[in-house]
Amino acid sequence: MEWDWNFVWEIMPTLLQGLKITLLATVLGAAVAAVIGLVFAILRMTAPKPIARATGFVVEFIRGTPLLVQLYFIFYVLPDIGIRLPALLAGVIGLGLHYGTYAAEVYRAGIENVPRGQWEAAKATNLTGRQTWIHVILPQAIPPMIPALANYLIAMFKETPLLSAITVLELMNQAKSVANSSYRYIEPMTLVGVFFLIMSLISVVFLRWLEERYARVEER
Amino acid sequence: MTDWSGYIGLILQGALVTLQLTVMGSALALVMAFVAGLGRVSRFMTVRALATTYIEFFRGTSIFVQLFWVYFVLPFAGVTLSPLQAGVLALGLNVGAYGAEVVRGAVKAIGREQREACIALNLTRGQAMRHVILPQALPLMLPTFCNNAIELLKGTAVVSLISLTDMTFQAQVVRAQTGNTLIPFAVILVLYFLMALAISTTMRWLERRVTRGLDGVRT
Repeated sequence: MEWDWNFVWEIMPTLLQGLKITLLATVLGAAVAAVIGLVFAILRMTAPKPIARATGFVVEFIRGTPLLVQLYFIFYVLPDIGIRLPALLAGVIGLGLHYGTYAAEVYRAGIENVPRGQWEAAKATNLTGRQTWIHVILPQAIPPMIPALANYLIAMFKETPLLSAITVLELMNQAKSVANSSYRYIEPMTLVGVFFLIMSLISVVFLRWLEERYARVEER
Repeated sequence: MTDWSGYIGLILQGALVTLQLTVMGSALALVMAFVAGLGRVSRFMTVRALATTYIEFFRGTSIFVQLFWVYFVLPFAGVTLSPLQAGVLALGLNVGAYGAEVVRGAVKAIGREQREACIALNLTRGQAMRHVILPQALPLMLPTFCNNAIELLKGTAVVSLISLTDMTFQAQVVRAQTGNTLIPFAVILVLYFLMALAISTTMRWLERRVTRGLDGVRT
């Protein structure tokens, strides 16, 4: 079978429609992951021991099992106990939960990397807990985290095709339905690959820039 | 009440396929990691360019897209693969690309003085790599390889979408036949977690073995 450019232009609008959903899922998933990650990180660092340990186990469990199965779990099992979620919402929650556990580790490492002396100096200058966090700890902890977080954002973007398995009409699913109705697999599948490749090559450049910009803060 | 024994057997069969995929995929990934990783530090420009293209290509798209491409597009180019072959190929190449960066990073992390010492001792590049650089670089790679192996295990769930009867696929079958969703999915989640635990335990043991004798060499 030959590569057919006419067919490519014909399916392009459908694919772009899917790309929009893919990007939407990525952005929403990232927002959920950022919040959930923060919750996990705080629970693991400051909660009483049993809760901290339980959180640790939950994080390990989520990291040790496939995202696809977690998505199935959210989409097929939760309705049994009365929680019926639209496919996209289930997908966003799944992505957010999965990558939230990765983000939690980044937060934890970032906060623990702030030298002890900073905490002690904050106490010595009589700052309240809130002031310590806002003016001393977070401004030093966040910049080194940014490249690592961006890395996971890109990883999450690449995982969004899994949402097609729970019927979200994103890029991969649109390509599959086009392929199934026209019996042409070469163009849609290759185009999906090309889309993802282009996006991630762009994001790699962006990531390098972030690393240059924020890694320097540490060396100062 | 449903008779679960038959369904448990079905899921265990799936677990076997998942295990098979993980082991074969890891083997291919390991080979690719060293080939591409050492290729990236080669002194020939062409080899470096080839390795970089491979790595960027497979890291740039997700395992899912690659799997579908291998399974649905390659047949048009005259290469027809069984689902298992397609799964092993896609998983191995994908994780191998991540592993290659680990190999490169570890080799680069070995200090300059080691390389200079090799030159002073008149070792060839191959000898230096085999006897001096790699034995020291290996312990640096293992923790990240452990993570990569777990990523590969998690990636195997995707092959259920190209109708390979792995654990996730069998859980879907059980769900369709019994109408019960909680039990099959909860069971396979636990099984996946146990496999991931097994991988990390093995890797930790391996780490202790390869670092034996290196105590005191590096701080």
